[in-house]
Amino acid sequence: MPKNTNIKSVLIIGSGPIVIGQACEFDYSGSQAARSLKEEGIEVTLINSNPATIMTDPSIADHIYLKPLKKKSIIEILEAHDIDAVLPTMGGQTALNLCIDCQKAGVWEKFNVEIIGVDINAVETTEDRERFRLRMHELGANVCKGKTATSFLKGKEIAQDVGFPLVIRPSYTLGGYGGGFVHSEEEFNKALTRGLTASPIHEVLIEQSILGWKEFELELLRDSAGNVIIICSIENVDPMGIHTGDSITVAPAMTLSDKHYQAMRNLAIKTMNGIGQFAGGCNIQFAVNPENDDIIVIEINPRVSRSSALASKATGYPIAKIAAKLAIGYNLDELKNQVTKTTSAYFEPTIDYVIVKIPRWNFEKFQGADTKLGLQMKAVGEAMGIGRNFQEALQKACQSLENRRNGLGADGKELTNQQEVLDSLENPSSDRIFHIKDAFTMGISFRTIKKLTKMDDWFLYQIEELAKLDKVIQKHALDNVPAKLIQEAKQKGYADRQIAHLLGCLESDVFQKRAEMGIRRVYKQVDTCAAEFEAKTPYYYSTFGTSLDASFEGGDANDTFDNVNESEVTPGKKKIIILGSGPNRIGQGIEFDYCCVHGVLAVKEAGYEAIMINCNPETVSTDFDIADKLYFEPVFWEHIYDIILHEKPEGVIVQLGGQTALKLAEKLDRYGIPIIGTSYKALDLAEDRGSFSTLLKENDIPYPEFGSVSTAEGALELSKKLDFPLLVRPSYVLGGNKMKIVINEQELEEHVVDVLNYFPDNQILLDHFLEQAIEAEADAICDGENVYIIGIMEHIEPAGIHSGDSHAVLPPFSLSPLLMEKIAQYTKKIALALDTVGLINIQFAIKGNDVYVIEANPRASRTVPFICKAYKTPYINYATKIMLGDKKLADFDLDKSATSWFVPVGQGYAIKIPVFSFNKFPNVNKELGPEMKSTGEAIYFIKDLQDEEFEKVYSERNLFLSR
Amino acid sequence: MTNKVAPCVQTVLNDGVGEEGGRRKTKKYSAKIIISMHKLLTCASKSEDINYYMEAVLLLEDQTIFRGKALGKIGTTTGELCFNTGMTGYQEIYTDPSYFGQIVINTTSHIGNYGTIDEDNESNSVKINGMVCNYFSPIYSRKTADSSLQDYLEAANLVGISDIDTRALVKHIRHKGAMNAVISSENTDLEFLKTKLAETPSMAGLELASKVTTAEPYFLGSEGARFRVAVLDLGIKTNILNNFHERDCYCKVFPAKASLEEMQEFQPHGYFISNGPGDPASMPYAVETVKEMLATNTPVFGICLGHQVIALAMGVKTYKMHNGHRGLNHPVKNLITGKSEITSQNHGFGVDRKSVEGNKDIIVTHVNLNDDTVAGIKIKGKKAFSVQYHPESSPGPHDSRYLFDEFIRLMAD
Repeated sequence: MPKNTNIKSVLIIGSGPIVIGQACEFDYSGSQAARSLKEEGIEVTLINSNPATIMTDPSIADHIYLKPLKKKSIIEILEAHDIDAVLPTMGGQTALNLCIDCQKAGVWEKFNVEIIGVDINAVETTEDRERFRLRMHELGANVCKGKTATSFLKGKEIAQDVGFPLVIRPSYTLGGYGGGFVHSEEEFNKALTRGLTASPIHEVLIEQSILGWKEFELELLRDSAGNVIIICSIENVDPMGIHTGDSITVAPAMTLSDKHYQAMRNLAIKTMNGIGQFAGGCNIQFAVNPENDDIIVIEINPRVSRSSALASKATGYPIAKIAAKLAIGYNLDELKNQVTKTTSAYFEPTIDYVIVKIPRWNFEKFQGADTKLGLQMKAVGEAMGIGRNFQEALQKACQSLENRRNGLGADGKELTNQQEVLDSLENPSSDRIFHIKDAFTMGISFRTIKKLTKMDDWFLYQIEELAKLDKVIQKHALDNVPAKLIQEAKQKGYADRQIAHLLGCLESDVFQKRAEMGIRRVYKQVDTCAAEFEAKTPYYYSTFGTSLDASFEGGDANDTFDNVNESEVTPGKKKIIILGSGPNRIGQGIEFDYCCVHGVLAVKEAGYEAIMINCNPETVSTDFDIADKLYFEPVFWEHIYDIILHEKPEGVIVQLGGQTALKLAEKLDRYGIPIIGTSYKALDLAEDRGSFSTLLKENDIPYPEFGSVSTAEGALELSKKLDFPLLVRPSYVLGGNKMKIVINEQELEEHVVDVLNYFPDNQILLDHFLEQAIEAEADAICDGENVYIIGIMEHIEPAGIHSGDSHAVLPPFSLSPLLMEKIAQYTKKIALALDTVGLINIQFAIKGNDVYVIEANPRASRTVPFICKAYKTPYINYATKIMLGDKKLADFDLDKSATSWFVPVGQGYAIKIPVFSFNKFPNVNKELGPEMKSTGEAIYFIKDLQDEEFEKVYSERNLFLSR
Repeated sequence: MTNKVAPCVQTVLNDGVGEEGGRRKTKKYSAKIIISMHKLLTCASKSEDINYYMEAVLLLEDQTIFRGKALGKIGTTTGELCFNTGMTGYQEIYTDPSYFGQIVINTTSHIGNYGTIDEDNESNSVKINGMVCNYFSPIYSRKTADSSLQDYLEAANLVGISDIDTRALVKHIRHKGAMNAVISSENTDLEFLKTKLAETPSMAGLELASKVTTAEPYFLGSEGARFRVAVLDLGIKTNILNNFHERDCYCKVFPAKASLEEMQEFQPHGYFISNGPGDPASMPYAVETVKEMLATNTPVFGICLGHQVIALAMGVKTYKMHNGHRGLNHPVKNLITGKSEITSQNHGFGVDRKSVEGNKDIIVTHVNLNDDTVAGIKIKGKKAFSVQYHPESSPGPHDSRYLFDEFIRLMAD
């Protein structure tokens, strides 16, 4: 069936703030869907409360509502626009739940709106555990033994039937919230109560535990003619028992024979067809009994999911884009493969590489949290590595984590205590994959490792082989290491740093050595079809030639080299590299991807070739049609440097990708690679507290008394001069990592020792903490000569709570013109004194009539996307063009009046609301301090200060302050 | 002989892990294998020579050379290079008689991960001439498997090469077209290889069906089944017969050169023309048989080579494709129902679209959505149809199994 011409106007529901279990993958899907519908001439209206999203940009949709995801907002939209259909499958469970809410209240019916892309019945079947079980039985698909309980008594009865170990899964909760394994009767009562409470309808499923079974996922697309295709098979390296969002996963499936894969495919199609006939995406999870290959269906998600984003990035198939077209009536065979442009969209991608996804956790942010992985997702982000084999992909994924490792081990950070290793293997937490390798290195038997982890032999063997290769390399030194050994190590994903560690030399020595040996990184294309057809998509990953000779001999030399290295350097075009921000973490989330995407677009507009480097599969920046060229590579020095050597860009933009990108500035500078915008010297000056305060002093700008130390002894000495309370923080950290307020010597010493253990050789800063101060921050653009303040925000919470965890009000609501003037003057002075070219964020503490500067960050900050949305101005675009030297501030149509920084938002204010995921950690209290804990943010517009929401937050502003 | 075997490898080989040439000889994944792999690695370091594998060379007709590691049997082999993009199903591919005489390049990253199991064979032996892959897994993980792929290939005397940049190789032959190649792990001397290559005939015009067909007719299924199907074996896959068997058919499988009279004696309800290797234009014997067959008005069903032979019997031309279709993800649209199916394909020759469209007795029922080539035809006024792809799909998606049901319906009419 071709396009349904009755649909002229569509509403897309977003997923709201980032929380654990629902991250920026839905910005990726929402913006792809919106663009896909606009392409078809459809009027797109979009609602999302998250300002740091590309999907809420004016260019993406016709009407954008930055409103709370509530029924009230939907009704408001439907009253204002003539909407024909709603597409609720792009905004995760949040959007589906809101859609169901509106459905139950008769909202869609009242406004004559059709639900497209999903069948509400299907959603209910998949969400209601009992209905799901019954339906699967009818379809002849196996599911776990079990039953639903709506009361404590019924729950106990079922448990008796099912036996232990069992699993409790509450209905209608996100990311498995409230669920868990129960191994014995003693634990059962508590777990049952928790599950029943967690479920909004107080219903739980109690079922047989299939702990240790192999776990797989298939990503499906179906059109209204009933054509179904499987986009990708994903295998979980961590077997059943760990939420798939917390599992290391690999695509394609590594250990399935064709017979079993086809059985799973048939089952997927049958069950998808069995839950409802809708046109769109679907994700199905399976468990396979390793003993007899029996397959059971675990879960069906009839919408675009986290795994769909991963599958899109893994295969190059734009699932959300196509799903949106299917929702408006197209059939798959009527659409083209977006990558090859010539073949059909109705096909199943086949890949000739391997991708590994590793979750990124942030347990250090949640003191006292249960860090054991289980049914409830705890990861805050993820990274994906692409390689020509599993080992390479795994090591590249590890290099992408930015967890101060250099790949899978071989870095001197291995665990050496046998008991610790065994515990970690049995009780999986964030570092288990590293500890499995440590276990092999230590000589723990394969059998024991298998018993504790229940991982498939094939995966364990891959890790064991790396442990063995470490030992082989270790027996050599730089001057006698054979080229073939280096070649093998590089093929297996070892970073130069890991090899250097094993050989006992420097990373640069290894780099030099492999350059001499002619062992070169080559780039391969992601093309959906294993090179069967020509593809034009500029989406690349690196690898090392598998032929033992790096390129092949004979034949036509030029032709053959092109075949090995597919990323051709565009002749005659100036190139700019933009560094992305890697996996989402607390303190570095979707805001920075938003900045990168706008940076990329601005670079393109300025006539350069924009080259993006990033490794986060959830992002818009890694969409193959955003940058001119995308390298899906770890934001890790070695990978970046090789791309720079290959592409020879004019320079690298580091100030848009958060701290991850910024941290690489020093090395770029050392290697003589131009940094676009603010120089490394200035970046370093802002970070070096000593020189920075000299700068402040020279400019007559007040700052809290401070000092820097590198030992606990020094800290105690300094505290006598500064006076408690003190703010303790390490240099160069993200989101206030390990920042703390201490009130006495004992606390000070404990924390300094803790920091030094965590960040050895780091400088520690001690600031006198200003109690009961008001905190404010300003973002500005500087072109080296002039400064333009894009926004000043006042925090509702007092100083001492991390700015990311504070409600920030734009413009300030209680600061006098005098204070505002001071903030503006200081901002301008600092920006100029630092020779800023691009963006800068400065944080202030205000006490009485004094304004103190707490810190300055000459880069895009978390609040820039919020300001862009509030004032509806593309400041990142301007800043990027200024960084490039392409434009000056005077070239833009900016309000240059003296009080431009005091512009109201609409007629009132915009509030940035921090959003937390504390409910994922039942043992952790909501306590806020200098270390950031929020996972996401929402924007909320108010007309005046009498707004109820504002009043509530204001009255509670001191409630959560802790240290 | 330029074959390099480091002394330490010999030690390992003599260590009971494998016999002659059995570098990758592996039994079930066991502690023993871990030990032997460990030895491979450690002894390599002791001898300062990490060259612990056996080298192998792949030389293409256009003189392009790839170097890699030996797998399967140590030896030399030649054939036409073709690539298969499937991510599963290596064992089924290697035993598919349609690949007879060919060297298969597996584009998927890892091969061998799940070992082999007898019931996955698509014929009584490995039919390919050689295989090329990216990473070869010396161990496997599947409780029910019978052996490792290395043991399996070695027992089948198959010569292969791994650690090849298969993507570069595929791009190369995608541009230059299918060509012959030689793999050797016993003699990597280029002159020797060139001589071997020169002796290899071109696939165009090559008749191969008679080399893989059954020598004597045989029966499958039970005599009392509802339908009798006379199968013309041009290189049939086991799973086609399984599909008939599952649908209550009693099959008699005839050699490629069987006459129609011989087949008629079986009093079949329908005729089936199988898949197989080689150039359809070089087998006039089968074309003649099928011509007579079509005149009988008994239902006829053809798959792959069988489809091409039916087309030839109708006076339609076939041609050698630039690279052919080989994989598990080829989109085909059924023009009669409007529905599409993901198909398993393996063919290097095709039925000429123009020639079909110029023939008023033939209806095109299926097209390949990627390149609009003919994927299925039906003969007007007759109970005869055929498809270019593999509805028995082993390996591959099961979307097209309905074609067997259709054949049953025709026989039931």
